[in-house]
Formats: sequence, structure tokens, C-alpha cells
Amino acid sequence: MGALCNHSLELTGLAGDPASRVHRLDPRAKLLGLVAVTFVAVSTPVSAWPVFAACLAVLAVVGGLARVTARDVWRRTRFILPIVLLAAVFLPFVRAGGEEYAVGPLTAHADGLETFAAVSLKATIGTISAVLLGATTTFPQVLRGLEAMRTPRLLVMIAAFMYRYLFVIVEETGRMRAALAARAYRPRNALHAGALGRVATAMFLRTYARGERVYHAMLARGYDGQMPQFSPLALRRADAAFVALVLLVLLPLRVAAEVAM
Amino acid sequence: MTCAIDVSNLTYHYPNGHPALDRLDLHVEHGERVAVLGPNGAGKTTFMHHLNGLLMGSGDLEVAGVRVGRDTLAELRQRVGLVFQDPDDQLFMPTVEEDVAFGPLNMGLERDEVRRRVAEGLASVRMGHAASRPPYQLSMGERRRVAIATVLAMRPMLLVLDEPSANLDPRARRELLEVLERVDHTMLVTTHDLPLAAELCERAVILADGRIVADAGCHEILGDADLLRAHDLELPAGFELTGVRLRPRPGSAPSIPESDPWVQFEQTTGGSR
Repeated sequence: MGALCNHSLELTGLAGDPASRVHRLDPRAKLLGLVAVTFVAVSTPVSAWPVFAACLAVLAVVGGLARVTARDVWRRTRFILPIVLLAAVFLPFVRAGGEEYAVGPLTAHADGLETFAAVSLKATIGTISAVLLGATTTFPQVLRGLEAMRTPRLLVMIAAFMYRYLFVIVEETGRMRAALAARAYRPRNALHAGALGRVATAMFLRTYARGERVYHAMLARGYDGQMPQFSPLALRRADAAFVALVLLVLLPLRVAAEVAM
Repeated sequence: MTCAIDVSNLTYHYPNGHPALDRLDLHVEHGERVAVLGPNGAGKTTFMHHLNGLLMGSGDLEVAGVRVGRDTLAELRQRVGLVFQDPDDQLFMPTVEEDVAFGPLNMGLERDEVRRRVAEGLASVRMGHAASRPPYQLSMGERRRVAIATVLAMRPMLLVLDEPSANLDPRARRELLEVLERVDHTMLVTTHDLPLAAELCERAVILADGRIVADAGCHEILGDADLLRAHDLELPAGFELTGVRLRPRPGSAPSIPESDPWVQFEQTTGGSR
């Protein structure tokens, strides 16, 4: 089980060619560019298909330049996408209008289907944007980018500690599961779940104690409430060009869709 | 000339009222390497935390020329490098270099100087190749060495190590010893790895029930089986103390001999493992 957890954590690291142009971009450029793609997609009206196509094309080019394979993208999106799509799957049956199709005891509507398709596309585009950001930028770099973009420091710090200790906690959980299994713990009914509750309690207490120790370790090296920054980021021409290109491709189409409505 | 540690009459009670340190006295000169021995629960870690002002008991405490008090904490923490027992507690930044930079940045040093300190700190524990890696990808021995680099980068006067060899396999332990023997700092090492103390420290004290109960040459203390037994300590079965030589200090011997197998290994592999 521990191995499985580590395996799914591996999916959070870099993918593609770490030396590619996209990987070497400033994290702020990638954040801005890929968030822009998501924003354009989300804000676009339902039937403006060329805009969705353009978003997907931009993502395909970014992925191609970064040498992130379709397989990498699929392996990472398949965890998130079903959850996102679950909400949209009821749309064809709820939203009335247009032609009607009988699906068993239910009735699907053409307008509902169109909305479903658009919402699914928006979700897919947003998910792939996030996956590409994660595949081309290490998490510490994303944090540095967020910090440089004036995200509240407290939030960035919380995210940084979460990232650092996620692996420690996963390892600890794995060990506790092993300890349960080693003493023949095989829950057969709800009454047996009590042991899991105690594991959760123990995890909470251990995490709390760890937090205390980490804070002491920070104090011991002169921490005074301000998180110092080591290497400041520097925007280069390529970074500006990346953001500009993404906007140049998407914004005219997005505006045209608005005018056509 | 000040001394490295001057403690007299230090008393500390845990919040639940249980006494942890009981009128503890200890005097350490600059340049000494002292092993603090004692079973679990003797108060070793509590004492270590006092040296950095993380805990404050009653009594007189002067460390690295600074009288410990609330107004001297910043100064104190620059001069005393405390290496915690669990490197996962000590390494809290997303990457190794950011972690090593944490202390120097808190000292308000210029970025170029910080960069120099990071490189120097990591080089002195032979971890220069891991600068941009996240700590969770390192082995336990590597994490321990990086934890030492995080305090060396602050150029402390006194290095305080809490159980440095805990949870290390023999190879990682030997590498740690090789790193520590080249560190030219006053050192206080708590441990119940008695062979490590014999190789690293010329002096040892035994801490029991919150007091120093023995203070002598390391080999003298480790050679006294009755004394060790009385305080729940023992050498590994079959261990011959006479076969152990105190490792030479950096100043007293050529620092890195040409024939050092580790250096050759690093050169042939580019230091990456």
C-alpha cells in the first residue's frame, strides 16, 4: 500500500524533457499563461467552439514543446477529470430545450447535451492546463512564482509545509497500515473500523508533535516570523514572449466570440 | 577569553512538574569535543535545547560567550548550531539549498554571501550534488549530513549534535564520522552510540537524572564498565576499546590525504550517487 501511495505521488513530479524551453520558463510566465488559457475557456459562451479548439491547440503546442507525452497527460488527468465531469453528467437530462432523445426512462435534451459538451471541454482544458503546469514546473518553483506574484505569504508557507511533509505523513501512514496488517487486522464490518479511528488519532498527535519540533528547528536557526527568500526570480524575454503569444492567439478569438453572440 | 559552555546550577522542570534538569553544572572550553552520554530520558535533549535558548530553566548559562536570556536569543542562535535528532524536523524547506540558506538569510547576510555559505556548507558534508533536490528524496544518512550543513552555513562557534548516528546504517554512520572529524568546531554530541563517542570525542560526561554524574576522558569513562552499567549504558558485546583510536583533529593532520578512498570515489563518479 505504501508503494501505491508513493506511486501516485510520483505523478506529481516533472514530466517531459526537463531541459525544454517550456520547463526553463519563469514559473510566473507559466502560471500566467496557463491560467489565462483556463480563464479564456471558462469564460467562453457555450457554442463558441473555435475558442475551445484554440485553447486545446495552445495546450497541445505547449505540451509538444515540453515533450510531455499524451500518455503523461492522460495518466495525470484521469484522477481529476472523472470527479470534475461527475457534476456535468446530469446536464443533458436537466436542461430543457431543442430536440429530445429518450434514454431509457430519462429524456435528454439537445441544448443540455450542448451545454454538457461545452462544460466538459472547459473542465478538460482547465485540468490539462494544471497538469501541464505541474509537469513542467516543480512545486517549489510554483511556490516561488506565487510568492513573487504577491500571493499572501502565509498561504504560500502553508502550501510549502504541506508539500514538504506530505511525503513524511504518507510514509508514516504506510508504516501504521503495515503494523495493523501485521497483526492480522482485516476489517470485515463497520464495527472493525474503530482501529482506523485510533490510527487517525495517532496520526494527528504525531503530526502535531512534529509541527512543534519543526518550529523549534526553525527558531534554532534564527527564524523570527519572516520566511526569507533565497533566489529571487528574474523575468527574461522568453517569459514575456510566452505570455504574449498565448494571449495573442486566444484573446482575438475570445473577443470575436463575444461580438458574434 | 570566554569559554564555549559555562553552566552552573541549571534546573528545569517539565510543564507537568517532573524535574528534567537538576542543578546541572558543566564547563566546556573552546575547541573541545565532548560526548554527553546517558540513557533515554536522562535529560540530554532538554539540555541541548537550553544551549540554544529553546527552553529556559533557572540557573546560570553562558554559551559561546553569550549569557542566555530573552534579549540575547538572536545572537545566541547565530553562535550555536543545533542539529536535531530527526533530520525531517530540521529540513523543512522544499529544496536542500533553500534549507541551507535559511539560517544565513535569517542572519541578514547578502545574497552572494549566502550563496557562498550554502556551497561551502554543502561541500563540507559532501552533499554539493544535492543542492536542488527535495529532502525527501535523500537517504537518511544524506539528510543527516544536510542537516549538519544547515548549521555549518551559519558558521557557529559551537556545534551541538543530538544523537547524530541514530537510524543510520553502518556505511552512513562511517560517512557521518568522516564528515564530523573534519569539522573544526567545538562540539557537544549527545549519543548512546558509545563507539562513536570513542572515535570522535576526547572527553565524555554522563548525564543521569538531570545531573552530570561523571566527567572525564572519553576512553576513561568508556573503560569503566561498572560506571557504565550503573547508568544503563554498555559497549557493544565484544567491543575492544583499546582498538579504537581517537580520530585526528582537522588542525593536527593533513586535512584530506591523497589516498582517501572517498575522495577518489567522488572524483570518479562526479560526486553523485
